[in-house]
Amino acid sequence: MPDQSPISSVNDFVVRFANVNGSGSASANEMFARSILRHGVPVSPRNIFPSNIQGLPTWYEVRVTEAGHLGARGGGVDMMVAMNPQTWDKDVASIEPGGYLFYDSTKPMPTSKFRSDITVIGVPLTAITNSTYTDPRQRQLFKNIIYLGALCALLDMDVKLVEQLIGEQYKGKEKLLSSNVHALHLGRDFALQNLKCPIGLRVKKADKVGDRIFMEGNSAAALGAVYGGATVCAWYPITPSSSVAEAFTSHCKKLRHDPKTGKAKYAIVQGEDELASIGIVIGASWNGARAFTATSGPGISLMTEFIGLSYFAEIPGVIMNIQRAGPSTGMPTRTQQCDIIACAYASHGDTKHVLLFPEDPAEAFEFAGHSFDLAERLQTMIFLMLDLDIGMNHRLCRPLKWDENQQYDRGKVMTAEMLDEPGRDFGRYLDVDGDGIPYRTYPGTHPTKGSFFTRGTSRDRYARYSEEGAVYADNMQRLVRKFETAQDMVPRPLQANAAKPTKYGVIYFGSTSPAMDEAIGLLEARGHLLDRMRVRAFPFHSSVASFIADHDFVYVVEQNRDGQLRQLIVNENGIDPVRLVPILHYDGTPITARFIAKAIGDHQDRLKVTPLRKAVS
Amino acid sequence: MTYIAKPKFHHPGLKKNDLGYTHRDYEGKISTLCAGCGHDSITASIIEACYELSIEPHRVAKISGIGCSSKTPDYFLGNSHGFNSVHGRMPSVLTGANLANRDLIYLGVSGDGDSASIGFGQFAHSIRRAVNMTYIVENNGVYGLTKGQFSATADRGSKSKKGVMNTDNAIDLVAIALQLGASFVARSFSGDKSQLVPLIAAAIRHKGASFIDVISPCIAFNNHAGSTKSFDYVREHNDAVNRLDVITGRDPITVDYAPGTVQVVEQHDGTRLALRKIDADYDANDRLAAMTFLQKHAAKGQVVTGLLYVDPDSDDLHTHLDTVETPLNTLEAKDLCPGTAALEKINASLR
Repeated sequence: MPDQSPISSVNDFVVRFANVNGSGSASANEMFARSILRHGVPVSPRNIFPSNIQGLPTWYEVRVTEAGHLGARGGGVDMMVAMNPQTWDKDVASIEPGGYLFYDSTKPMPTSKFRSDITVIGVPLTAITNSTYTDPRQRQLFKNIIYLGALCALLDMDVKLVEQLIGEQYKGKEKLLSSNVHALHLGRDFALQNLKCPIGLRVKKADKVGDRIFMEGNSAAALGAVYGGATVCAWYPITPSSSVAEAFTSHCKKLRHDPKTGKAKYAIVQGEDELASIGIVIGASWNGARAFTATSGPGISLMTEFIGLSYFAEIPGVIMNIQRAGPSTGMPTRTQQCDIIACAYASHGDTKHVLLFPEDPAEAFEFAGHSFDLAERLQTMIFLMLDLDIGMNHRLCRPLKWDENQQYDRGKVMTAEMLDEPGRDFGRYLDVDGDGIPYRTYPGTHPTKGSFFTRGTSRDRYARYSEEGAVYADNMQRLVRKFETAQDMVPRPLQANAAKPTKYGVIYFGSTSPAMDEAIGLLEARGHLLDRMRVRAFPFHSSVASFIADHDFVYVVEQNRDGQLRQLIVNENGIDPVRLVPILHYDGTPITARFIAKAIGDHQDRLKVTPLRKAVS
Repeated sequence: MTYIAKPKFHHPGLKKNDLGYTHRDYEGKISTLCAGCGHDSITASIIEACYELSIEPHRVAKISGIGCSSKTPDYFLGNSHGFNSVHGRMPSVLTGANLANRDLIYLGVSGDGDSASIGFGQFAHSIRRAVNMTYIVENNGVYGLTKGQFSATADRGSKSKKGVMNTDNAIDLVAIALQLGASFVARSFSGDKSQLVPLIAAAIRHKGASFIDVISPCIAFNNHAGSTKSFDYVREHNDAVNRLDVITGRDPITVDYAPGTVQVVEQHDGTRLALRKIDADYDANDRLAAMTFLQKHAAKGQVVTGLLYVDPDSDDLHTHLDTVETPLNTLEAKDLCPGTAALEKINASLR
């Protein structure tokens, strides 16, 4: 018996699986998360994996949360499924007092390897698999399903729901289906016959999932590109963005073939590098196709010259940047929000780019879909800024929605008929409508009108080469006007006020969202009220400056070292930096509600005791 | 530097092609390159080839990188869209443009600095992908815009204008193109219009990656005694493997050739390429032989010109990707958006 009371909790706990990369555990672990969803209980899972192919440690953490907190909880775990001898000590140490350790008990372990304040649950997984299977690969794979079966019994899960999931996964593959179900029951039966089931952690059926879906952000963004009309995708493999292009390929194969001819209504090219990928995007967009690439921070660095060209030559395009921890190679498989400045001002000279910050897969889908409208309307590059925590993790989110009656906004494109209109003047860089956005033509439009030369060098309003200072300045000022126009076209910030008026606010974005939702509750419990604003795009809407003006202090919560969003807000709005308090998390793990609540709460406490500015004055 | 537009006056007596266009309709702005630049001769040959093929000028997209050569698209096909991209990255931009609209004709104009140094990778990959294009390198072995540095195609042992000897080996873009699977590979000399015009015409008609390396002396920095890319050197060392004319099918050209010495290559669009062999053993359909031939003559210091290889059964990137015949840039929401019913199914599969 442990010397600490075992944790007892229904539908509110964290289980972490410690595995060896390449052991085939991913599908069993994901099935565990999905099984809980089928009980009507929300889950928030996260992959925690190193940058390697095989052999090193990998973890999969499932937060079971009937309250629906979808951010990482932080702190220790309530149950550790320790399947990796390499990380045993660290894994055992990470269990909360009163928590549970699940391990393969085939070989006896010295008592020194356990803790006295946790409940140890041993299942001889290797012995069971070895006595059932002869094939080494089967032994490895089914061991994962056997521990899944044992967990069903220990956590009081409805095994029929798990069987149903396995049935869906192996539909049409009867042999695989029956062998997986068999393995599931091997584990479950062992637990029921040999262990005290259930333990203090339990899954109880609820109705808290509703019609929400469970999806990865990268796949959602790729699907958004399909719905948004992207026909050209050029990419170069890089973690954590590769699955965007892979998902786009998969979605297109299912959804984008001409029913009569079977031919593809899309073109996907794996470029030789990021430079080629963005070049292909620019060439395709220049020629009137909707094109995108997916990359990560190092890819953005490589693409930067071309990004400057697209800004100055005013060529549309979409870059999906799935951010990882930088700089340099950084931590390729760890999450951050650290490319904000690099993307906002990418390239030499005076440049500014439109950034979109989705909070979850549903918004990733929606923003990706509409990014092509934005790109073509504004004739500029649009950055969809996901980060690994959204891109490579399954998230529970609202169902995807699309208005199929809407037409694509192809922006200001002059047709041959328009060029022939009496009195019509075509100048590629003329600001006809005063919004900074000129008209363009596609190559091949008209035999004698509308052609122009696209270049990265300075030119006049009629696209004629010019190094005249006034002509250059005129063009640069129009580009600023265009960026101002973009303010009202990008998704607006979302604001939520505290229950009572408060002098304090918080700004956040992207994958911080679920942790912030939870943190607000924790802060309220501590007596701190905050109005909050979720920024969803750059350029910032005027309401961002208003929000800051309305509060004494505004916390800016982000996942990078230098407070990049804060820098951007200060720079673009001329705000006194003292009024924006940075709350920064950048160790590569997802930000948690506990971290936010502590950082803001501690600051608030200090403010109440000694209001620094007043004390000084 | 400023641009110089040509006067719009057309002499009424100018000869017209099948479409009623004159040479003037294929011209662009007045060149700002040095007087006597080989690149201007290539410009003239492009104009001539497009005129002879009766191409609608606006149906050509002309794309270049950075450098003297890459400025030249401004000097031809003034009613076409041009794109002066970034240094060495013309091939990727052209590839994207081609993916967007397979119906246009794509002329990629580059230089030796652009393609053999910074853009060597993009050159190689656009060739191996079989992008349907005519890729012309205006090769002078020197960086003209930055005043005389060696490029990667400068031969080892050749000298710069300042008398510095090049100690690096040269990259032979023709050899590389052959090795990478280009289905049309040629080399010519900017001063040999009679050879270059039909080569360009044939390359435009060819489906797939057509590559022409044109030795084009830099009058300012690489046209001296120590250069192997000078007018005199190339004239003295030029070994033409064939003479050729393009027979369009609509307007067959009767060429002056002896029966039995002409090799006719049928192309996908119905045009035929008539090769007049000078070397009796030369077979322009044999890639391996072409590579050997090239190496053998290079070792002798000879610049082999002419059509070195053509694959009559070539295809292109769109064939490989199996894309629809309709240009992708014309597809609309009704063609591309899978609709809400499909989305509902996807939602259901994610629960």
